[in-house]
Amino acid sequence: MNAIMKLVMGDAQADRVVPPTGFTARLTLFASGAMAFLTVFALALSLASGRLAHRWGEELARSATIRISAPADQMAAQTEAALTVLRQTPGIASARALTDEEQSALLAPWFGADLPLDTLPMPRLIEVVEGYPPFDAQGLRLRLAAEVPGATLDDHTRWRKPLVDAAQSLRRLGWLSILLIGGAMAAMITLAAQAALAANHQVIEVLRLVGARDGYIALAFVRRFTIRAFIGAAVGVSLGLLGVMLLPSASDEGGFLTGLGFQGASWIWPILIPPLGAGMALLSTGAAARRTLRRLS
Amino acid sequence: MIELEQVAYSYGGGELLSDVSLRLNPGSFHFLTGPSGAGKTTVLKLCYGELQPTTGRIRAFETDMRALDRDQMALMRRRMGIVHQDCRFLDHLPVADNVALPLTVSGRDFAQESGNLSELLSWVGLSDRADARPPELSGGERQRAALARAVIMSPDIVLADEPTGNVDWDMSQRLLQLLIELNRMGKTVLIATHDLALIRAAKSQVQARVLRISNRRVQLAGADL
Ligand SMILES: Nc1ncnc2c1ncn2[C@@H]1O[C@H](COP(=O)(O)OP(=O)(O)OP(=O)(O)O)[C@@H](O)[C@H]1O
Ligand SMILES: [Mg+2]
Repeated sequence: MNAIMKLVMGDAQADRVVPPTGFTARLTLFASGAMAFLTVFALALSLASGRLAHRWGEELARSATIRISAPADQMAAQTEAALTVLRQTPGIASARALTDEEQSALLAPWFGADLPLDTLPMPRLIEVVEGYPPFDAQGLRLRLAAEVPGATLDDHTRWRKPLVDAAQSLRRLGWLSILLIGGAMAAMITLAAQAALAANHQVIEVLRLVGARDGYIALAFVRRFTIRAFIGAAVGVSLGLLGVMLLPSASDEGGFLTGLGFQGASWIWPILIPPLGAGMALLSTGAAARRTLRRLS
Repeated sequence: MIELEQVAYSYGGGELLSDVSLRLNPGSFHFLTGPSGAGKTTVLKLCYGELQPTTGRIRAFETDMRALDRDQMALMRRRMGIVHQDCRFLDHLPVADNVALPLTVSGRDFAQESGNLSELLSWVGLSDRADARPPELSGGERQRAALARAVIMSPDIVLADEPTGNVDWDMSQRLLQLLIELNRMGKTVLIATHDLALIRAAKSQVQARVLRISNRRVQLAGADL
């Protein structure tokens, strides 16, 4: 903590021993600003696709339906057989055959409430609620085919699964981009710091001759780059957030793009960008300074 | 205080110094003289560790300089006041800050020493140039600033390379007075110069020994100096 205070507050006199480094200063500011800006969008993308994957995954609701189409005289037996199979299958929380009333209620919107169900050859529906870990749909299907010829398993996941997968890979891509952006920023700041150190080797020589320790010289450079990275990142994040906020609001249609904003606890992420960027600058400039000072000795 | 034992040095070509042994005792006052290019500056650089001898051993404050790491070297230099022949400064800082630089880098409280600083600046006649940048100074002004910087930490030893090369006689006497004053306070002084008049002026005031570089060796000069 003390060390951090020392880094932030610094020593006005100590700071001035290193001459202003115009070009590398602007490069650091710009690079960290641009990187922070991009990070905000990558973050927004990751968080939004994460939320989407989560919601879609939940909505799959872990439920499936088994439809039994059989001649009327076998219906009860096959339904019972299917329920037996389901009871023996791991990964199923519960299974229940719908009653006639429930089935007619389901069909009512299409055929009217007074549908004479018992006179029509209606399939029987079994509602299956998935347990955790989920059941193996392929295995269940095979067993049903063998033991209950009239049964068809319909797990709605079939068409939604790819969407969830896509959302999840989008989220992973977002995080990967953030890592790459971070790496690029560290590389750029390292280069800028190295250029500044090399350009100032005479200053370093003079400082050494009057008895400055390596740590002192390094800190003078590290402080600058850290502060610049922090300021650049803060500006970049502000602009990025402004951009995200200017997107259409989330409530309108609930589509993917409109859900890009930050919500609740996820606000912590963009707020973390400037300190993380500064931390990265601290580490990479520190390493560059140690290397250069070793080389210049 | 500083001791060279059979030191040889070469910049890569032939040997510039060979078998140099000398000893600067605490409180002593030495001049180092010799023709231009003889190696006076080189001897001083060996003394403060900017150069490492090719063979031989250098001890400063009772420690072998070879054994020092960079931080220990930095601490050792704080006990030495060094005037470089080319007076290296930080060109972006005003003269006053340059003179105070040894205080700054050793973390001493700047405000507390500011009295010393202005006194020192006026002693070397730079009070009105305190806010100038080093590149704006004349050669003599640079040397005066360099001497002020060398002594501001009240070092145990002052190593001065041609400290009076570019100043008039009166000013060179004034600078010499400063060094003699420090010597009387018990500090060790080594001045490299080929200004024989300066050496004579000093010898009338302090017990000064004169070392001369000739034939790649350092020898005690005769009584004629
Ligand atoms: N960095 C260097 N690389 C190669 N040769 C050098 C280097 N520095 C000095 N020399 C050579 O070493 C010799 C001694 O140099 P040095 O500066 O020690 O002489 P000096 O006695 O101080 O001379 P002056 O009275 O002119 O200051 C000179 O011939 C010089 O050319
Ligand atoms: Mg010289």
